Amino acid sequence: MMKIKIHVTLRESVLDPQGTAVKSSLHAMNYHEVQDVRIGKYLEVMIEPSDRPVDEVVKEMCEKLLANTVIEDYEYEVEEAVTQ
Amino acid sequence: MKFAVIVFPGSNCDIDMYHAIKDELGEEAEYVWHDTEDLSGYDGILLPGGFSYGDYLRSGSIARFSNVMKEVVKAAEEGKPVLGVCNGFQILLEAGLLPGAMLRNKELKFMCRTVGLVVENPDTMFTSAYSKNQVIQIPIAHGEGNYYCDDTVFNDLKANNQIVFTYEGLNPNGSLGNIAGITNAKGNVLGMMPHPERAVDALLGSADGLNLFQSIVKHWRDSNVITA
Repeated sequence: MMKIKIHVTLRESVLDPQGTAVKSSLHAMNYHEVQDVRIGKYLEVMIEPSDRPVDEVVKEMCEKLLANTVIEDYEYEVEEAVTQ
Repeated sequence: MKFAVIVFPGSNCDIDMYHAIKDELGEEAEYVWHDTEDLSGYDGILLPGGFSYGDYLRSGSIARFSNVMKEVVKAAEEGKPVLGVCNGFQILLEAGLLPGAMLRNKELKFMCRTVGLVVENPDTMFTSAYSKNQVIQIPIAHGEGNYYCDDTVFNDLKANNQIVFTYEGLNPNGSLGNIAGITNAKGNVLGMMPHPERAVDALLGSADGLNLFQSIVKHWRDSNVITA
């Protein structure tokens, strides 16, 4: 079994209204160090490897469903999960 | 003319859509469940608003893989009118039948009120009963109507007159170019955030949305009904 950790974030070129609101809130709390906040999604997908390469399968899932590549970027890492 | 009102788990404007077609427009309408695999018996396809699949992941992203969507794509390719309102618009974007994507409203608020819409293009099968630059009153009700696309797509939309409706005055959601509704390049798929099906009776505030449905019927009659 493999654990795929996927991060989906809005593209740099796309304004993130939620991140902007959170940044304002952090500034209001006097965290003036904060330069920018971007909010994304974190997904954990458990995969039992098949005859297809894991990278191929994960990329396909991301492009088809998990991320909308018009507005979002994704990155992932593959972790060998301990079997029960 | 016979319309299909597609119903997904979480659709909640399907009854309004059915009412608009059946009672106000006086045409045929049927509810069609999302796992249907045949839409060949319908002349027009309506994707109503709501929160299909709880808006999980992204609005419309899961509904887009329903069985019925293969048939909606087929109907669009055949040139049948396909109208997606609100969540229906989001589904059409996710399905790639329309270009671009939706972001959260700029102010992060769910906006629910009647807005003025400018009819930018009255030369479509959805808008022939309006005149150019006419301002119509149609309600909006959405939290993710902040339309976004890249510059290339935006320029194409403008060049091909695919921007059909824009918001008049204050933009309620931050959408690019004040976009409220766009068609595909062929002009037979319209996605819009405002709800024309909620504006079909003056008693309820506005009947401006009825012209949109009348336009569709007129187009269908002109191309399908032979008068002696």
